[in-house]
Amino acid sequence: MKKLIIAASCALAMFASGVQAEDRNLRIAFDVPYEPFEYKDENGNLTGFEVDLATAMCEEMKADCEFVIQAWDGMIPGLVARKFDLIMSSMSITAERAERVLFSEPYYNTPGGWFGPENFTADVTDMNTMKGKTVGVQRGTTMDTFVTEEMADVVTIKRYTTADDMVLDLEGQRLDAVFVDYPVGEQTVLTKDGFKEIGKPVKLGEGVGVAMRKRDKAIADEVNAALRKLKENGTYDAIMKKYFAYDIKV
Amino acid sequence: MMPDFLASWLDQNDIFNAMTIMEYWDGAVTTVQLVFVSLIIGLVCAVPLAILRTVRNPFVSGPVWLYTYLFRGTPLLIQLYIIYYGVAQIPGIQETFWWEIFREPFYPALLAFALNTCAYTTEIIRGAIMSTPHGEIEAAKAYGMNWFMRMRRIVLPSAARRAVQAYSNEVIFMLHSSAIASVVTIVDLTGAARNIYSRFYAPFDAFIFVALCYMVLTFILVFAFRKLENHLLRHQRPVGS
Repeated sequence: MKKLIIAASCALAMFASGVQAEDRNLRIAFDVPYEPFEYKDENGNLTGFEVDLATAMCEEMKADCEFVIQAWDGMIPGLVARKFDLIMSSMSITAERAERVLFSEPYYNTPGGWFGPENFTADVTDMNTMKGKTVGVQRGTTMDTFVTEEMADVVTIKRYTTADDMVLDLEGQRLDAVFVDYPVGEQTVLTKDGFKEIGKPVKLGEGVGVAMRKRDKAIADEVNAALRKLKENGTYDAIMKKYFAYDIKV
Repeated sequence: MMPDFLASWLDQNDIFNAMTIMEYWDGAVTTVQLVFVSLIIGLVCAVPLAILRTVRNPFVSGPVWLYTYLFRGTPLLIQLYIIYYGVAQIPGIQETFWWEIFREPFYPALLAFALNTCAYTTEIIRGAIMSTPHGEIEAAKAYGMNWFMRMRRIVLPSAARRAVQAYSNEVIFMLHSSAIASVVTIVDLTGAARNIYSRFYAPFDAFIFVALCYMVLTFILVFAFRKLENHLLRHQRPVGS
């Protein structure tokens, strides 16, 4: 009899969860620290742009969300192994990743930023003034692809593995300009004396999306609907303004 | 011109198209230039340094000992970092004509490689000089040769024969060490492979191909040194062969 009751209640619970979507429990994974997207504040609370956006999204979806900390290497394996249900940890949408996970529509895209010394006078969009300049990029980034495709005939391109090495060469005057992920440039180049932004930020690539398991198409639809709602009703803008002085909305 | 079957195969291939093959080729040219020039500089400087290193006076041999000790005692990568980034940090260097040379990554890398290989070559030649049989020197003295003539006619030629095998290893090591030039933005063979890998996300294809390129270069070197050894050591062959 007891078994029957358990079985019945299980069936009921399954049925109920199918009907009442708002009771659902979602686990969202972040890799911290990655300021200002996800990090722990001085009290140890998880905060940041993506954390706030995830909170707002869960409210919109009427889902009960739990935040999980996961190191970057184990992100996709952890998702596939059901350790959590969503990744909202600045994962750029790429064809390679899309073979293993299901991406939502992009929810942010940091632009590429142009940075150079104070005495830099050329216009980065004018190929005549850029002629003969040496430009540094991080190897394999969307900025690398952009410069390689658009400017390879005009400028000398130097490719670096880390942003630190690139900034060292900018300081050593081996580079005239760098084209780097805007937040990275803001933290590494603009914090030094004698350097400035030398051109408008350029949006490249598809951007960052929420990653889910391939089969969770229903959740993806809900996530997309919720993100769209947040972008329309101003919640997204309010969160973005809290962390960024420039536009990362897509 | 490329044969048709090769061209059509390249067209269907994602990674090995005509453009990436050209990148590999340019990389190979850079690698060969870098290694060849640094080896020549290293060898030319190593001979006099090796002779100084064998001199009894510690004020003459001491500095050479210190130099080889420093450059053999630290990794080549660190030497490259120090020269490449260190030079740029010297105040005011950007205004001098030296900057025209050191602004490009090629010359700091060349300097680091030449200094490094010179240190190793110095020790190789020194070892060969030290192991010159006493009898040969005594015989030369008996003939009334002075120090300079002894060096030129007896010690160095016989040292060269003894050094060539160890030196061929140094040349091959230098070729392989040159792969680190890619960390200072030089597009050598490894640099080309890294660029292509990051563009196509295909590490195996990109790096296995570049490994094959290094192997081909190594085989050429091994072959050349075998010919050289056969020539230099022909007096050691059994009579009649």
